[in-house]
Amino acid sequence: MRSLCVEPFQNFSVVDTGARRTLTYCSPWKTNHKHEAVLSPPPSRPIRKSLCVCLSSSSKLPVMMEEKKKTFDASEAALLVKELNESFRTGKTKSYEWRVSQLKSIEKMVVEREKDICEALYKDLSKPELEAFVSEIAMVKSSCKEALKELKHWMKPEKAKTSMETYPSSAEIVSEPLGAVLVISTWNYPFSLSVKPVIGAITAGNATVLKPSEIAPATSSLLSKLFEEYLDRSAVRVVEGDVPQTTALLEQKWDKIFYTGSPRVGRIIMTAAAKHLTPVVLELGGKCPAVIDSDVDLQVTARRIVAGKWQANNGQACISVDYIITTKDFAPKLIDALRKGIEECFGTDPMESKDISRIVSSNHFSRLQSLMDEYKVYNKIVVGGQRNQKELKIAPTIFLDVPGDSQLMQEEIFGPLLPIITVENVKDSIDLINSKPKPLAAYLFTNNDKLKNYFVQSVSSGGMAINDTVLHVTVSSLPFGGVGESGMGSYHGKFSFDAFSHKKAVLYRSFSGDSSVRYPPYTPEKQKLIKAVMNGGIFNIILALMGWSRD
Amino acid sequence: MEGLEGTLAELRDTFKSGRTRSVAWRKSQLRGMIEFVQENEERIFQALDQDVGKHPVEAYRDEVGVVAKSAKLSLSCVEKWMAPRKGDLPLVFFPASAQVMPEPFGVVLIMGSWNFPISLTLDPLIAAISAGNAVVLKPSELSPTCSSFLAENIPKYLDPKSIKVIEGGIDVCEQLLQQKWDKIFFTGSQRVGRIVMTAAAQHLTPVTLELGGKSPAIMDSSSNPTNMKVIAKRIVGAKWGSCSGQACIAIDYLLVEERFASDLIDLLAKTIKQFYGENPRESKSYCKIVNKNNFKRLLDLLKDPLVEASVAYGGSVDEEKMYIEPTILLNPPLDSQIMTEEIFGPLLPIITLDDIYESIDFISSRPKPLAIYAFTRDEKFKKQILSRTSSGSVTFNDTLLQFLCDSLPFGGVGQSGFGRYHGKYSFDTFSHEKAILQRGFFPELEPRYPPWNSFKLHFIKLAYAFNYIGLILLLLGLKK
Repeated sequence: MRSLCVEPFQNFSVVDTGARRTLTYCSPWKTNHKHEAVLSPPPSRPIRKSLCVCLSSSSKLPVMMEEKKKTFDASEAALLVKELNESFRTGKTKSYEWRVSQLKSIEKMVVEREKDICEALYKDLSKPELEAFVSEIAMVKSSCKEALKELKHWMKPEKAKTSMETYPSSAEIVSEPLGAVLVISTWNYPFSLSVKPVIGAITAGNATVLKPSEIAPATSSLLSKLFEEYLDRSAVRVVEGDVPQTTALLEQKWDKIFYTGSPRVGRIIMTAAAKHLTPVVLELGGKCPAVIDSDVDLQVTARRIVAGKWQANNGQACISVDYIITTKDFAPKLIDALRKGIEECFGTDPMESKDISRIVSSNHFSRLQSLMDEYKVYNKIVVGGQRNQKELKIAPTIFLDVPGDSQLMQEEIFGPLLPIITVENVKDSIDLINSKPKPLAAYLFTNNDKLKNYFVQSVSSGGMAINDTVLHVTVSSLPFGGVGESGMGSYHGKFSFDAFSHKKAVLYRSFSGDSSVRYPPYTPEKQKLIKAVMNGGIFNIILALMGWSRD
Repeated sequence: MEGLEGTLAELRDTFKSGRTRSVAWRKSQLRGMIEFVQENEERIFQALDQDVGKHPVEAYRDEVGVVAKSAKLSLSCVEKWMAPRKGDLPLVFFPASAQVMPEPFGVVLIMGSWNFPISLTLDPLIAAISAGNAVVLKPSELSPTCSSFLAENIPKYLDPKSIKVIEGGIDVCEQLLQQKWDKIFFTGSQRVGRIVMTAAAQHLTPVTLELGGKSPAIMDSSSNPTNMKVIAKRIVGAKWGSCSGQACIAIDYLLVEERFASDLIDLLAKTIKQFYGENPRESKSYCKIVNKNNFKRLLDLLKDPLVEASVAYGGSVDEEKMYIEPTILLNPPLDSQIMTEEIFGPLLPIITLDDIYESIDFISSRPKPLAIYAFTRDEKFKKQILSRTSSGSVTFNDTLLQFLCDSLPFGGVGQSGFGRYHGKYSFDTFSHEKAILQRGFFPELEPRYPPWNSFKLHFIKLAYAFNYIGLILLLLGLKK
C-alpha cells in the first residue's frame, strides 16, 4: 500500500504544475488523518487535477489511470460526502439564484465546449457528430433551457385543499431538496445520461456527486475537467473510477442515488442503498420489442426502425429496438425494406460508414460476437453479419426466426443485432411480450386503432411509442423511466425536479375551532360526533351536536 | 412455502386475466371495504381493545373512520384517477399525441403494523385496490386479535381470488420477502425497513417505506401567551391520546425556552389529569403498551440514572396491566437512549433552550423526522422552520391533523422513510405511470436519418431550438 501511495506522487512530480498542487492539497489531509496516512493511499483530488494536465499529451494514459484508481477509497469518499453535506447545510444550494447560476454554467459549458464533447464521444464510441448533437448535446441544452424557464414555477409551494376534519386551516406542499445525492451514469450516452440527472439534482437544490462510467474514459475525464471548470466545486463534484471507487461511494450515506445501467448492478446499488434507507431511481434497460402490423407504410416504418436501432448508438441504447415481432407473411417484405433502409442510411458497406457508432469495448464486442455465433442462431442471419474485431465494428445484422431459448432472445442485446420473430397473428405478439420481463419501451407500428388500444392496455412497459421509435424520450412532458426489470422512478422535465425533491406536507392551523371531541375522556356523544365529522355530512354533524343522531 | 407459492401463482393468474384492472372490480372492492368496516365496527373495536386497549372513540377516529373515509374518497375518485393525462408536445412532432397512463404494478405485498392494526393495514389495501393490483396483506403478528380478525373476515367481503390475507411471524415474513413482488408497501421500524428494502433489491421491486423517527414539537411560548390551554390539549392529545404515544407521528420530544418550562409542565400535568383523571391507570381512554418486549424497552429507557433523575411528572408503571403512566422528563441527557432512539411510548422528554430559534439547529442536526409540530405565531420563525429543517410533514399550531388531510401526501424522508400515500397519492403509489407517444406515418422528416450532412445538422439544431421560422427558411433554401 505504501509504495502505491508514493508512486503516483513520484510520477507526477515529473509533471510540472501537478507537483506543486499535490503538495498544497496534501497537507490538510495529513494533519487530519495522521493514522491513516501510512495505510491508505493519498487523496485523489490533487492527482486527478494533475492528471488532467498530463492526459492531453501523455500516451501513458492507461498506466496513469491505473494509479489514479487506487487513490479513492472509503475514507476519501466519506470526506467528500462530509464536505458536500456541509455546503448543503449552509443552505446555498437551496437558493433559486444558486440553482440558476449552475444551470446557466452548464448551458455555457455545452455551448463553449461542444467540440471537446463531440471529440470525446468520438474517441469513446466513434459517435457521428450529428448523432452526438441530437442525442447528447441538444438533450442537455433543452433540459437546461426548460429548467431555467420553469424553475421558479416548480419551486413554488403547491396549495392543497383542506377538509372538514381540519377546519379551519390551510395546507401546502413544499418541494425541498434531499441533501447530498449520487448520480452514477453509464457509457452509451456518456454525456447526456450523466449531465441530465445532474441537472435534475441541481434544479431541485441538492449537492451532487457524479460518477461517470469508466467504460467511456474520454468523456469521463472530460466531464471531470469541465465540472471543475464551470460548476461550483463546493456542491457539484465528479469522481472518476470503476468498481473500487463506486464501492467506496456506495458505502456512504446518500440522500438519493440515481443509477443508469444494468439490472445486475441495479440490484447491487439498491442493496447498498437499503443499508442507509436511501431512496433510489434505477434507469435500467430490457428487451424493447417492436411489433409491426402488415398494414403499415413500409418505407416509413423501416426507416423509423433503422433510426431506433442503428442510429441509436448502433443499438447500444436502453430504449433501442431489441427485437421485432411481425407476421410470417409480412416478414420478407419487412426485411427487404429494412435492407433498403440500412443501405440508404449507411451505404452499401456499412462497415465503412461514418454515420454509425462502433462497439464500445472489446468486452462488449466479444459478448455480441458470442450472441451471433451461438449454434442456434448463426445460420439465421438474413442481413449483415460482417464484423471487424480490430476496429470494434459490427454491421447492422438481422436474424429471422431465432428460437426463443437462444441467448439472443434471452438477454438484452445492446448492440447492432436485430432478431425478427414471426407469429401467425399480430395479436399473438402481446402474449410473447408479456411472457418476458417488462421492458423500458415497447413499440407498435399499425394503422389499426383497435390493435393500438389493445396494445396500450395490455402491454406493460416504461414508455411506449406508437408508429415511431425512441422519440418519446425527447418529450419532456412524459416521464422517462422503467417498471419491473427495467427499473423504478422516472425523470425528464418536471419529473427530474420531482425525482430529486421531497414533497413536504405543511398544514397551518389557528387556535380557534378547537373541539373537545378530539380529546379524552371519551364518551359515546364524542363518538357520534367524530363519526359524523369524518363521514362528512353537515346534516349529521348538526344532529350529533344536538344529540339526535340515530346511531 | 409451497402453499405460499401456490397462492402467489393464483394471484398472478388473476392479475394476468385482467380482472383487477376494470373500474367495476375496483369499485366493487371499495364498496366491499366500506361494508366490511360498517358491519364489523363493534368487532373491530373489541379486537383493538384486546390488542392495545384502544377506546372505541379513539378506535373510530384513528382506525375505522380513517378506513371508511379513505374508501369512500377512492370510490368517488377512482375513475378520475385512472384516466390518462395528456402531455404537451412540441410542434415538430405534429401530428402526434402524448399521454401518461397509470397502470397497476401487478401483485403487491402490504405489510401492516401493530399500533394502528386496522387503518395502517387497510388504508394501503384501499390504495392497492384503487390502482388495480392483486394483493397479499400481511397484518402484524404483534396485534394478534386484529390479525386473525382480518384473515377471517376480509375474504368474506373482498374478492378472495385477488386479495389474500396471510398471517404469521418473522418466518412467514422472511418467506414472503423471498418472493418476487411488483411492489412492497411496508409500515414499521427502520430496522425492518432495511431488511425489506434489501430483500426487494434482489427482485428490483420498488418499495414504499413508512417509518417513524423522533418527531419534535416546538413550543414558542413567547408568541403564544393566550393560547396555552389549547396548545397543551393538542400536545397531550398528540403524545398520549393516540395509542399512548405508540404512533409514528406522535410527538417524541418537546422543545421549549427554559423560562417557560416549569409553567408548561404544570399545564401539561393539569391537562393529563383532565383527560385521564387522577389515576390514568383506571382510564378507559388510555391505551396499554402493546407487549412485554415494548414494555421492557420503555422501562430500559428510564433505567439510566440520569434519565430517571429527570422525570418531572408521572413515572409509575404496572406490569400486569402493561401500563406506563403519562410521563414527562425535563432535560434528560442528549446522548441517552431516550434522546437518540424513537421513544414510541408514553414518555415525553422536554428539552429546554435559551432561545426558541435554536430549535432549528437542534432538529436539523438529527435524522429527519416524519413530522415536525410547531406552535408559534411568529411568521419569520415559521418560514425558517420550513426552509431550514427537513421532515415528512410540518404542522403549525396543531398536531396529528396532517394525517387526516387527504390532499396532503403522507410519508417520510431520510430515516423516516420514502414514498407517500393518502388521497390521490395512494393511487399513485401503487401505479406505474406509462408514457405513451402516438404518431402517424406522415409527414416524415428526412433530416432525422443518415447519411448525415451539414443541412441535416442545421435542420436538427433549429428543430431543437423550436425555431420554426428558421426551419421554413432552411427548407426553402433561404437560410444558410
